[in-house]
Amino acid sequence: MCPTLNNIPVGCNALVKKINASGIKKRRLLDLGLVPGTKVEAVGRSPLGDPTAYNIRGAVIALRNEEASMVQVSKLGN
Amino acid sequence: MNSDNSMSSLLKEAQGIIGPQQGQMRDRIVNSIYQTAESIAASTVSTSGKVDWDRKIDKIITSKIWGFPIMLALLTVVLWITITGANVPSSLLAEGLFWIEAKLTDFFMAVNASEWLHGFLVLGVYRGLAWVVSVMLPPMAIFFPLFTLLEDLGYLPRVAFNLDRFFKGAGAHGKQALTMSMGFGCNAAGVIACRIIESPRERLIATLTNAFVPCNGRFPTLIALATIFISGSVAVTFKSAAATLTVAGLVVVGIAITLLVSFLLTKTLLRGIPSSFTLELPPYRKPQVGQVLIRSVLDRTIFVLARAMIIAAPAGGIVWILANTMIGDTSILALVAGWLDPFARHMGLDGFILMAFICGLPANEIVFPILIMSYVSGGAMMELDSLKALRQLLVEQHGWTWLTALCTTLFVLCHWPCGTTLFTIQREQKSWYWMFMAALIPTLVGIVLCIAVNYLVRGLGLV
Repeated sequence: MCPTLNNIPVGCNALVKKINASGIKKRRLLDLGLVPGTKVEAVGRSPLGDPTAYNIRGAVIALRNEEASMVQVSKLGN
Repeated sequence: MNSDNSMSSLLKEAQGIIGPQQGQMRDRIVNSIYQTAESIAASTVSTSGKVDWDRKIDKIITSKIWGFPIMLALLTVVLWITITGANVPSSLLAEGLFWIEAKLTDFFMAVNASEWLHGFLVLGVYRGLAWVVSVMLPPMAIFFPLFTLLEDLGYLPRVAFNLDRFFKGAGAHGKQALTMSMGFGCNAAGVIACRIIESPRERLIATLTNAFVPCNGRFPTLIALATIFISGSVAVTFKSAAATLTVAGLVVVGIAITLLVSFLLTKTLLRGIPSSFTLELPPYRKPQVGQVLIRSVLDRTIFVLARAMIIAAPAGGIVWILANTMIGDTSILALVAGWLDPFARHMGLDGFILMAFICGLPANEIVFPILIMSYVSGGAMMELDSLKALRQLLVEQHGWTWLTALCTTLFVLCHWPCGTTLFTIQREQKSWYWMFMAALIPTLVGIVLCIAVNYLVRGLGLV
């Protein structure tokens, strides 16, 4: 069972493996630069735990749990 | 075999071959685009050796402990600077403008102008304008630049980031926090800003609830009422602090109502599941102070003030005519106010207050000036050049209590948006129905809220 992006602790990196979505939802995530092989870092969480900010290719983008859970990743550690 | 048939069969055949791999095909295209972009960026952009200040600031601004206190503190500080800073110039302006009014009156006397001409032009049109300028200009000239400064810094997306969980809970979009922030400046601008929300359902929710954020036209009224009533009852040193906290509290109430109404809308008229949410947290920028000043003063302050004046001038004249045209021995104004009075009393208001709100449909800025003009035109004329005189007019001559002030404030916060905003909603949504709902929903909320508060306070015997 592969972890998804929302499971990555703040401060840790991950590699995108696959997007588990289709249609416009998948397109949106791809547009953000979340293509397989991309390194993503969880930068910080909102005070109430959701959404989380991710560093994707140098841009800081906030995603809600629902979106982040569509992104399958492999952990890279710090 | 005709060509249409052969074409479609060819297409079918082609789809049969690539069908299962169509998704992969797209992925590969996207991947190669990013690979190319990556290699270009790698050879031209260097990021090494820089301290990441953004990251450090964000750690504090969005932290569990400091995130919300910082937001509240900033809101309070902005309001406090606005209220304390506007005090002196506001009374100076009023003094100057009413001095001119006296000179104008002298002039009209000197040329033997008829009484109604003097009344219409000086006591109506000019006085309405003077009120709008002296009440609105100073707070606006302070509030807008401060707000634009925060905007320029890049702080607003962080607010949306901090608040998103609430909006998600209400079934709304996190970017609604941004459209609400725009609403502080002007609800019509807030409604246009709703374009940044991609999903039509959530865009409509943000549009319908934007009026619960007090716009710049309503801020001066809130500030004036808070200063008159709250700070009238505390020691001098805490005056502006008390008024500031009251207005900040009202803004928080407005946000709470926004979330509640958004939640109710997603459960009734606009059912659906929250759509996807992505929000960029852009790097902080050093604000360009000069540009901020020019942009906020010219684009916003002058623009909003001019709009208010264009509407206030004829409105002032019309109110004077209504107040001075007699049917029997009562003026039309008093007649209408008397007719509205029974219902207004249930809401903790009086007929004149409710009538001022109705007359204020073209622009919220003129609600308070109209109220004062209609109060004054009934009784003895007085120089309303200070908040003390205002307090006297409201409390001693028209029986206001703190409950009247509270209900008026709540109705300022929750009633139909101004004509410009409604017109903008009609254009944005291309629907008369939703424009009507955008007026009806906040009005109903305001009426229910006022009646509830009025009866609760009276029932508890607090007044």
